[in-house]
Amino acid sequence: MPALLSHRLAVPLVIALVVVALSFALPSNFYLRVAALVWISALAVIGLNLLMGYAGQVSLGHAGFFGLGAYAVAVLPAQFALHPLLAALVGAVICGLIAFVVGRPILKLKGHYLAVATLGFGILIAMAISNEAWLTGGPDGMPVSRMTLFGWRARGAETWYWITGGLLVVGAWIAVNLVASPTGRALRALHDSEVAARVAGIDVARYKVRVFVISAVYASVAGSALALVNGFVTPETANFMHSIELVTMVVVGGMGSILGSVAGAAILVVLPQVLTAFHEYEHMLLGLMMMVIMIVLRSGIVPSLAALIQRRRK
Amino acid sequence: MTNMKTCLGGAALLAGAAMFAGTATAAETIKIGASLAVTGPASFLGDPEAKTLELYVDQINKDGGVNGKELELIVYDDGGNANKARTFATRLVEDDGIVAMVGGSTTGATMAMVPVFEDAGIPFISLAGAVVIIDPVKEFIFKTPHTDRMACEKIFTDMKARGIARIGMISGTGGFGKSMRSQCLDVVGNYGIEIVADETYGPKDSDMTPQLTNIKSADGLQAVINPGFGQGPAIVTRNYSQLGFDVPLYQSHGVASKSFIDLAGDSAEGVRLPASALLVAEKLPDSDPQKAVVTGYKSTYEDATGQPVSTFGGHAYDGLMILVEAMKRAGSEDPAAIRDEIEKTSDFMGTAGVVNMSADDHLGLDLSAFRMLEIRDGDWSLVE
Repeated sequence: MPALLSHRLAVPLVIALVVVALSFALPSNFYLRVAALVWISALAVIGLNLLMGYAGQVSLGHAGFFGLGAYAVAVLPAQFALHPLLAALVGAVICGLIAFVVGRPILKLKGHYLAVATLGFGILIAMAISNEAWLTGGPDGMPVSRMTLFGWRARGAETWYWITGGLLVVGAWIAVNLVASPTGRALRALHDSEVAARVAGIDVARYKVRVFVISAVYASVAGSALALVNGFVTPETANFMHSIELVTMVVVGGMGSILGSVAGAAILVVLPQVLTAFHEYEHMLLGLMMMVIMIVLRSGIVPSLAALIQRRRK
Repeated sequence: MTNMKTCLGGAALLAGAAMFAGTATAAETIKIGASLAVTGPASFLGDPEAKTLELYVDQINKDGGVNGKELELIVYDDGGNANKARTFATRLVEDDGIVAMVGGSTTGATMAMVPVFEDAGIPFISLAGAVVIIDPVKEFIFKTPHTDRMACEKIFTDMKARGIARIGMISGTGGFGKSMRSQCLDVVGNYGIEIVADETYGPKDSDMTPQLTNIKSADGLQAVINPGFGQGPAIVTRNYSQLGFDVPLYQSHGVASKSFIDLAGDSAEGVRLPASALLVAEKLPDSDPQKAVVTGYKSTYEDATGQPVSTFGGHAYDGLMILVEAMKRAGSEDPAAIRDEIEKTSDFMGTAGVVNMSADDHLGLDLSAFRMLEIRDGDWSLVE
């Protein structure tokens, strides 16, 4: 059993099992929608976790890429009659290119300076989206045409549950493969010590840019998925608070843990729905629970619990 | 509720569990949903809306409810976030089993929720401003607030009556200013008025003198209009009087609050703007058919909350009352029947004006919804 769990494919397999099992347990479209939102957030969080948890680089502007992906499937089909799937692909490529171009100068910065630079970048994109009203509909947002594939229209909570769940499994599968590859080892090396990594012959700048590009593409795909699920996009998808939410999901779930990314996303998407029962105390309780989780499970939910179980076994 | 603050943890959990149980067992109620921006940047909309709905649902229930049943109001706080609003809309429809919906504070949140209610066939009365909500008409979607386009038309009507034909426009680049600017550009031609200067300013700009100087130099300028929201228009008004303009300045309904007069000070003298009757409730002549409704809502809201009344809460009042009357006429809680009756609303007197809906007008307000006001001696006065 332990050998099975430590296998590379165990993580995407576990996620796939959860997706399939939940589909039987969830009673209504509302729950299916919340689950689909969890899968979408988790996809973006896995990408961000590769950057933060494995390579040790902070990004406070990831919602910028998320927003670009979302607006790609809104704007491109409306302006150029592009198929939504193609638009999502174009969005991902654009995000990758932008990440590649800005990544080099930005990732030379460290710590707080990197945080501030990425923050500025995210705000820039959010501003552009809400100001270019002729293209994006401005602060009121714009509609997204429904996706059709060979005459079949993708609609309804259940359809999107499966599509987003599938995307998440594929995303997790790519991520575990990446982590196990030489690139993954290089990333972890530069997380622990950039100097040591450089001494060991790792091209630090190149690997940093590479993982930045990958995480931008994850965020873009997640953004496109959200836009297609909602059928409507607003500039909030790209704003600073959303960036913070993504970072919080990474930290709460556990840095450097793919399963943790899913757990973090699940908690931050589901908790607000549960807490609505407390009316005006909702936000206070959410903050309180975040604090308790961070104090008790210091390295994030999944890594902390895993360590706990391992200690028990010994 | 106050003792919960002191012993938060366990007590709050218990209370929450009790609330869950409470909603689960309550039978024979008519469930009405609302997703509002109670917190966040748009809370100036959602907060009075939520308070108004709670206040009046309580009152209706005390008076015996609707069709012999009590109303049950379920309010969620979407913070103005379209994605959250969409989730709450799904929850209200799928899980809570509402028969009708009032609210959506912002246009973005409303538009994100529209497909949910169209698919489910449940009537949805939005409290947001933009005209896209009801134009084109969607079967189950209605709204109560007047549109930006109507504010433009009201202003242009007043200009035309004063013989003004050449105007300058200075607009904010926020959501409100942007939307109203394009609506004004759309309808200005119908009034034989020409825009001879068109300038904009950012939401955080602290000096609009350069833009106003450009406008001032335009040939044959007869008036200036300023679509904008927040403190931008107050700064425009101050700069306007500093530059010594000798033509009238028109502000939008976006600044129709006392704080605008406080911010703009003496410069606000003579400024005209379209606004809801709620703002001048006491000043309306007794013969005005709207007087009873607006003074009634104003005193009820201010007595219960201790806060000054706002037009946004008024929109929620209108939405709820239109819905309640429709349910009474329909005599059932069938969403489709309620929808049909909402569409037949006629001669309903609300805080925003007289509502006459039809199959191709899901707003039903005309220009009389707005009153043209002029600021004199630091207070509003009716022009008409």
